[in-house]
Amino acid sequence: MSVEYKTTFASIDNYNKGGVQMVSGNIKDYVFSNVYEVAANAAPYERIVVAKNLVYTLESCRAEGESPWYTCAHDEFAIAFDYDVEVHFIKMDDTSFIDDEKDGSFRLDGKPAGQYMGKITLNRGHQALLPEKVAYCFKAEKPATLVLQAILGDESNEKWNEICLT
Amino acid sequence: MTNLTAVVNNEQTGYQNFSAGSFTFRRDEYFAYIDYPDGEHVMPIDAFLKALMRDIAWGFFYGSVNFDDVFGTTNHYGNVDMFIGSMNEEYVNNGKDFMENFPSEELMEVFQAMLSDWTIEGFDPFAAPQETGTAWGPKNGNNDEAISRTRQVAQRMIGIPGDTEIRSDKTGYTVNRHFKDVDQSQPVVDAEPGFEDQIHGFNLWAHLSRSDVTWNPSIVSICKQSLLCPTTEEFILPVEHGNDRVEWFVQVSDEIIWDIKDGKSSKPRASLVMRAGDVACMPADIRHQGYSPKRSMLIVWENGSPEIMEKIKDGTVPRVGVEF
Ligand SMILES: [Fe+2]
Repeated sequence: MSVEYKTTFASIDNYNKGGVQMVSGNIKDYVFSNVYEVAANAAPYERIVVAKNLVYTLESCRAEGESPWYTCAHDEFAIAFDYDVEVHFIKMDDTSFIDDEKDGSFRLDGKPAGQYMGKITLNRGHQALLPEKVAYCFKAEKPATLVLQAILGDESNEKWNEICLT
Repeated sequence: MTNLTAVVNNEQTGYQNFSAGSFTFRRDEYFAYIDYPDGEHVMPIDAFLKALMRDIAWGFFYGSVNFDDVFGTTNHYGNVDMFIGSMNEEYVNNGKDFMENFPSEELMEVFQAMLSDWTIEGFDPFAAPQETGTAWGPKNGNNDEAISRTRQVAQRMIGIPGDTEIRSDKTGYTVNRHFKDVDQSQPVVDAEPGFEDQIHGFNLWAHLSRSDVTWNPSIVSICKQSLLCPTTEEFILPVEHGNDRVEWFVQVSDEIIWDIKDGKSSKPRASLVMRAGDVACMPADIRHQGYSPKRSMLIVWENGSPEIMEKIKDGTVPRVGVEF
């Protein structure tokens, strides 16, 4: 018999979280959360850390409407985990205010002066580079889940007690 | 004392024996025999070769690679322990454990030669059981092409000109039978003139749907020391990975069940059911083995910081990912 396989993905409005069956120890050790659930309960463009290793993070971000403009001294990456998200880029006229040593992205004061570089439209599963020292913003028509490969910074929120199995 | 070691007739099967220090490895049509000064440990040959393949491909990996709950290796980054029972409470408590240390390259050479000789034509230790021939029987050719696959490692991000290529029909990576329904579109880039080469993106899910190996992470993007290492999984992770540092998982599609045991004693701790979007951290004092009923997509997230090596050496590496 030939089988037609269905790949099960999930989304901010349709996810089926797993869990932990404990034998011994503490369930908190597994820091178990779900990126869709985190985004579903977040404010637009709030970035919530779902994984942390020293300073490095994976962050779940609810994309909805237009985001502020951000920049960062280092590369970051964004993956669209369910619905469409546009990423717009500006090559800023002045980047001298960016501290090379500063980890993580930070918000800019409105749309920065510079050259509009273009946009990339991410569908589910698409990953984009957020290049170092370039300004970027997100646009999403309806709530969507972004997962960011980032470093702990001004925009990163840690709410482990709220998001993890306890 | 009675000689309890198995009779292996290489003249009949055509295989070679291999040795490293006081360990000797022999195979027959169904089993691998690991001889050490105090005895002999036996494993099914398919399980042994699949574990050996991962230990080689990952360069002895982070921490311990347990081929089963008795035999394995522990990486000390430059040198490596090979052990019997050192991560098994009963062996240790009864003084039946045995361990020997090797320069990494020395043991790697033996492992590679053994894998090459013992892997026969049609058997692919990286493949899911339904995608490969069997490892059973006498020596019959080899499958050096399959076992010499190297893992794809991006310098910055997959698909950026000059970096590792995106998997496609053209590059010889067809969509896996379990992922025929995965969207293959690429992101639309609307770049202003002059910026065409500065906006980058690719379809990570599609890239993964074309992975030709199971339980073998590749690196798709790098943020300083943060390595995004997605992989596709089907059937059983051929090793019990014993962590020496925390390791994060993000389940992308379908479901994996993780069997968690204590890293040192092998006593059961927990079972994690991870579904699409679930995130979990493997503590630094456990071992884990995954079961994936359908081929699934998993992001393994690693931290390659040299700082972690130092913390492991001085015993200050955090046991858990986050304390809260
Ligand atoms: Fe692991």
